[in-house]
This record gives sequence, structure tokens and C-alpha cells, in this order.
Amino acid sequence: MKIKPYGDTLNDGAVQVSFTLPIPLSAKAVQAAKEVAKSMGLTDPSVVHSEVAGDQFSFFVVYGAVKTSIDLDKIKVVELQKTSKTKKEIEQLIEEKLKRDIVFVGASTGTDAHTVGIDAIMNMKGFDGHYGLERYLGIKAINLGSQVSNEEFVRIAREEKADVLLVSQTVTQKEVHLKNLIELVELLESEGMRKDVLLIAGGARITHELAKELGYDAGFGPGSYAEDVASFAIEELIKRKGE
Amino acid sequence: MNKLKLNQKIIQSSRQYAKKIAKDIQAFIDRHSTVSVERTVLRLLGIDGVDQFDVPIVNRMVDDVLEHGDIRKGISIYIASALNASQLSLDEFTKQYLNHQVSLLDNQLIEKDQVKEVLKPYVDTQLGIIKSNRKYRDNLLEKYGESKTELYVIVATGNIDEDVIQAKAAARAGADIVAVIRSTGQSLLDYVPYGKTTEGFGGTYATQENFRIMRKALDEVGQEEKRYIKLVNYASGLCMPEIAAMGALERLDVLLNDSMYGIIFRDINMKRTFIDQYFSRLINAYSGIIINTGEDNYLTTSDAVLEAHTVTASQFINEAFAIEAHLPEKLMGLGHAFEINPNVEDSFLLEIAHAQLARELFPNAPLKYMPPTKHINGNIFRAYQQNAMFNMVTTLTNQKIHLLGMMTEAIHTPFISDRYLAIKNAQMVQNSMKSLVDDISFKEDGFIQTRAKLVLDKAHELLKEIAEDGMFNTLAKGIFAETKRTETGGKGLSGVFEQSDDYMNVISDQLEAYFDEN
Repeated sequence: MKIKPYGDTLNDGAVQVSFTLPIPLSAKAVQAAKEVAKSMGLTDPSVVHSEVAGDQFSFFVVYGAVKTSIDLDKIKVVELQKTSKTKKEIEQLIEEKLKRDIVFVGASTGTDAHTVGIDAIMNMKGFDGHYGLERYLGIKAINLGSQVSNEEFVRIAREEKADVLLVSQTVTQKEVHLKNLIELVELLESEGMRKDVLLIAGGARITHELAKELGYDAGFGPGSYAEDVASFAIEELIKRKGE
Repeated sequence: MNKLKLNQKIIQSSRQYAKKIAKDIQAFIDRHSTVSVERTVLRLLGIDGVDQFDVPIVNRMVDDVLEHGDIRKGISIYIASALNASQLSLDEFTKQYLNHQVSLLDNQLIEKDQVKEVLKPYVDTQLGIIKSNRKYRDNLLEKYGESKTELYVIVATGNIDEDVIQAKAAARAGADIVAVIRSTGQSLLDYVPYGKTTEGFGGTYATQENFRIMRKALDEVGQEEKRYIKLVNYASGLCMPEIAAMGALERLDVLLNDSMYGIIFRDINMKRTFIDQYFSRLINAYSGIIINTGEDNYLTTSDAVLEAHTVTASQFINEAFAIEAHLPEKLMGLGHAFEINPNVEDSFLLEIAHAQLARELFPNAPLKYMPPTKHINGNIFRAYQQNAMFNMVTTLTNQKIHLLGMMTEAIHTPFISDRYLAIKNAQMVQNSMKSLVDDISFKEDGFIQTRAKLVLDKAHELLKEIAEDGMFNTLAKGIFAETKRTETGGKGLSGVFEQSDDYMNVISDQLEAYFDEN
């Protein structure tokens, strides 16, 4: 099946983009914005809005249509099966199948100072009505907070005999989060610990596919809650135990 | 202003408890000092620069005394005795010190009166610069006037030259206050980096040279725009008083300076933080720099409805500490935030109740109101709406320092257009709703009054508990942001020391004398 973006008619391919150009607003700047849209492959771009955004910058909203359609059948993604269990079901699984406390160590690593993500998954109160891991029976949740170096993170993981490592990268600048995530994998491998832990990444810019590519066991993007992470981790631990 | 019909007795009693809490800690502060306080003394004598290994000279000197002398006497005595023995100027002494031609330690230590006399010309010069900076700012604020609500934006490129471009663009678009976010992790450095920097992560290093570059840029754009554009940086961390001193010398206008932020969110030792915050606030008070406290951070970690009272309690405590450091109300930028989940029914009313409560409890403080961050997701259109609601609460409750929310909050450090659209959002709300606040009164015992009363009552209870338990125990219990900290844990404790009987700090002596007179 082939598809295109949908504006108000099937296959119209309508998209909206907005951007800033580093030149003062002028007729030429508007034309330049149009050319930017064309160079993106948009047909009939129309600059519906332009305004001065500070002295040396101009801001544009542009509509246009994409020419080509996408063949859905050719797309393959690694999708995490989102068969999330409830907190109760997870607790039960731990008790029946794993028969011990499972240790989750989490942190916002590297230079990231934002703990919103890791707090939402790990802290008692959780997020948006979804309790955090700290509240789960059978889970020992250790949240190290923000700006934890990869070395420190690995050291504590070893000390605590962690089963699952949760790494959060919330806000990034110039893709520094990728470098940081890769470094952690390399460090775990050089310490000989990689196979002993489940390594899970989370954050606004994280997808399961990206995480797998980087050598993680799973990745959780926006809209994930503690039970999503715990379901995956506990099922995976049970699977590994069986092997 | 009493739209909420708050019980004045509860307010007074809350202030009494907060005062007791601060006084208990102040008694501890007064008997102690830190390496960062001592380095600040050197900075305020005029020592700047780094050695061949990029170690700041002030660190070299204080570490020297820490290792080979008796730091409990304070650095003032050592530097004055060295100048006295060598008969060199401070500049010349510093040069020769770096070349190992003179010693800071092998000198006959002189008496306090003599210390004061030897250092007086240096103290007078540096404090003179700060005084004239304060006057310069006051004059411009008088000339141009100040907005009722000031729009505050952040730049965070890592490169000071790029920051300048973005800051100027933001000022021209209508921003009144520009903050340069620090490179992440700087708060944990036990020294202040030196010189101009063009690389950083998630922000730009706070250095005196970077302060100077940004100050100049904002003065330029302010002159064109006929507005005084305020410059913000961050003091909280291991170098609180040093950054306060640098900010004073380069005419910063606002410094993030919370009495507890470093303890709770950066795991800096509590003793270190309390001592450092006092000296840094003393300098802020002298230099006319507004402090911004970090209560908003509690709500990004804890639930904004359930824990609202911890914000109020902390505001009272920050106020009490500020009073100890001679900060007048107009410099107390107490913090709070719009962080309730927007899906909660009547969350907008709860936000109004909280914001109005802060306004009425601290009527003369330039409150710092922080935008939604926790419940912002990648849907930038939804985020834009949340920010509009936040802007409305500010306008309806007369907040002063209004930190603009970015629609891309959850995604990346702001694009130039994000910042621009945020300014336009706020301006539209401010303008279209300008006089609404004057027409609003709250229904007697209605939702908003009832909520504000509840939060105040809970804050009062909590303050009572803290006053009985003591601050150190309270932090150990994890009352704030559900984070537990111990007296001996955290970073920077090794830099804390008890003062000897003959301890001397020429700067704080001078500042205290100034405040006693004025």
C-alpha cells in the first residue's frame, strides 16, 4: 500500500513546515523560503506567513505537497510489543517466576541535568497516574538522579548487583545524547558487564529502533510509563532465566 | 492586596518559624567558612587569572594555605601579611607568587587592624567598582523604566558568540531579561573556569569574561531599544560566592541563588551550601543583584498539587535567609512554577490559587514564575497552548519575572524561532488581558480562596515541623523534592572549616559594616 501525507483529500500530500532564515525579512527572503521548500521536494510551496523575528532573522510558515508516496509494505521496523501488564501482574510475575527482588538502577547520565524522564519511571509517585517502579513489590528501584557519569553509573550498577539499567536522556544539544549512550555500552562491554544486565534507554528522542542500533536491549520514547518498562524488563528476565 | 482573604496570623506565624529555622543555621554559618568563600575574598581584592595549567590563581592560593597553613584564620590574614612582608603591590605579588619568588605562608602574620589597613586600598577599589555598577544600573532603570512583568528568556548554545546573536535577537523581539544557561556540570566544579569560551554542553560556561561579553552586547541592544536588558547567570553550586562576586563586578542583574537547591538537586553538602549562600547573598545585596530561588524545581520532581505547600514553605525559608544576608524585598526573586498536569480538572484554577498565594505572601518581591516543563511533550502545538495558559496566570496574578515557556521544551534547547514565538505569545496575552487583574476578585470561600488557604495552612504546619526538627534533620528526611540528604554527605564538605578565634574576612567585615550603617 502506498501512502502520502493527508491534508484534506486522500493523496494530496499536504505538509506544513516552519523555519527561520538568518536574513532580514524582504521579498527576496520570502522567495528564498519558497526555494527552501522546493529543495525539500515540496511542490507548489506557498509561504502563508512571514515575519521579522529579531533584526537579522525572518520566520516562515510554508505549506506544500510531497510528490512521492511511501510504500508501506517495504517498511520494516523493530517494534516493541506493547502488551503492557498492570503493576499487579508484574509484581505477581516477579514473585512466581523470578522469586527474588529485581534491582533497577537508573540515571540521567552524562551532562543531562533533566530528571523528569527518569523520575517519571522510577519515583514513587510516577507520572500522570502511573505509579513509578519504587512502588512495585519485588523491585528495588535506585534512582541516581542527573549528571551521573557513565563510570559512576557502572560502578554503582556493579555494587548494587543491578539486573536492569535505565538510562535517561531528556534534553539534548547537537546530538550529544547519542555519543553518551554509545559510551555507556562500550564501558559496560569493557568491564565485562554488558551481558549481565538489561540495558534500557529512554527519553524524548529515543525510539526502540534507535536503542537497538546503539546496542541497547530496548528503548522507550515519549508516552512510556513505568509499567511499560517493567513489563519488558521482567518478561525479558524470565525469558533469559529460562534459557 | 488581599484577594484571597488570607489569615494574617498564619502568615506571621509562618514567618516566625522560618526566622527560627534561618537563625539556627545562621549561628552555624557565622562560625564557619569555606574554600569558596576565601577564594571570593581574593577575587574581591582584585585577583583574577589562571596559572600555566589553567588553575585559577585564587584556587592556587587558598589550596596553598589549606595544605601548608592554617586556613581557619582565613585568607585575608595570609595575603595581607605577605603584602606587608614583601612590600609589593597585589599585582606584583601575584606575578612573583606564580613564579615561586615569594611565599604566601612564610611571613610574620600581622594583627587584624593592620590586615585591614594593608588591604583597604584593594577592598575600596573593587567594592567601588561594584558600587558604581549598581549606580549605573539604577540610573538606566530610572531613565528607561521597568515593565510590570519582565519577559525572561534563556540562551544556551555553548558558544558565547552565538549566545550574543541569539540574546540580541531575543531582546529586539521583546525580551527584558536574558539568562545564559551554564554548561551542565559546572555547578559541581570547585573552581570557576577562566576566559572566553566557545564550547559547552547544554549551555555556556559562566566565566567572568563571558559575563563581560554578554553585558556589553545587552547594553548595546538596550541602548537601541531604549530598555535596560537584564542579564542573568547561575550562582548555585560549589562556587556560589565567587560567581556572586564576578556577577557584581560585571554588572549582572539577576543570579540564581537558592539556599537549598545545591543540596537537594546537585547533592552538594548542606553545610557547604548554607555557608556559601550566605556570603554570596551578602555580595548580591551590596551589588543590587536580584536573587532567584529554585522552588520551582521541587515541582518537576514531586507532584505539583500534593507538594504545593513545600514551595510556599521553602519561599518563607529563602526569605528568612535573605533577610539574614541583608537582601531587601525588592531583590528577593522567590521562585514558583506552573507545573500541574493540565489534564487535572480545574488545574488552571489551582495554578491561579498558587500564583496568587505567592503574590500576596510576598507582595514586594520580584517573584520568578517558571513555565510548564514536566507535562510538556513533543506535541509543540499543545505545548504552545499550555504556555498561553501559563502566560495568562502571570497576567492575572501580577508576577514579575516571567520565564517564558518554549514549545519545544521537551525536545531540544530552543531554536531562535521557538524563543521568538514564545515572546509573541506572552506579549499577546499581556496586552489583550492587561487590565483584567484589576477587575478580578475571587469568590468568598470559592475554589481559589479555599485552595490558597489549604496550601498556606499546610506550609505553616511544615514550617512548624522544620523549626522543631531543625533544617539539617529536615533535609535528611527528604521533605523537599522527596530527596534525602545527610549532613556529612554530598560534594564539597572537605572545603568547609570552622573559623579560628582570630579568623578574619575583610570583605564580609566591610559589607556588614556597610549594612549596619545603611
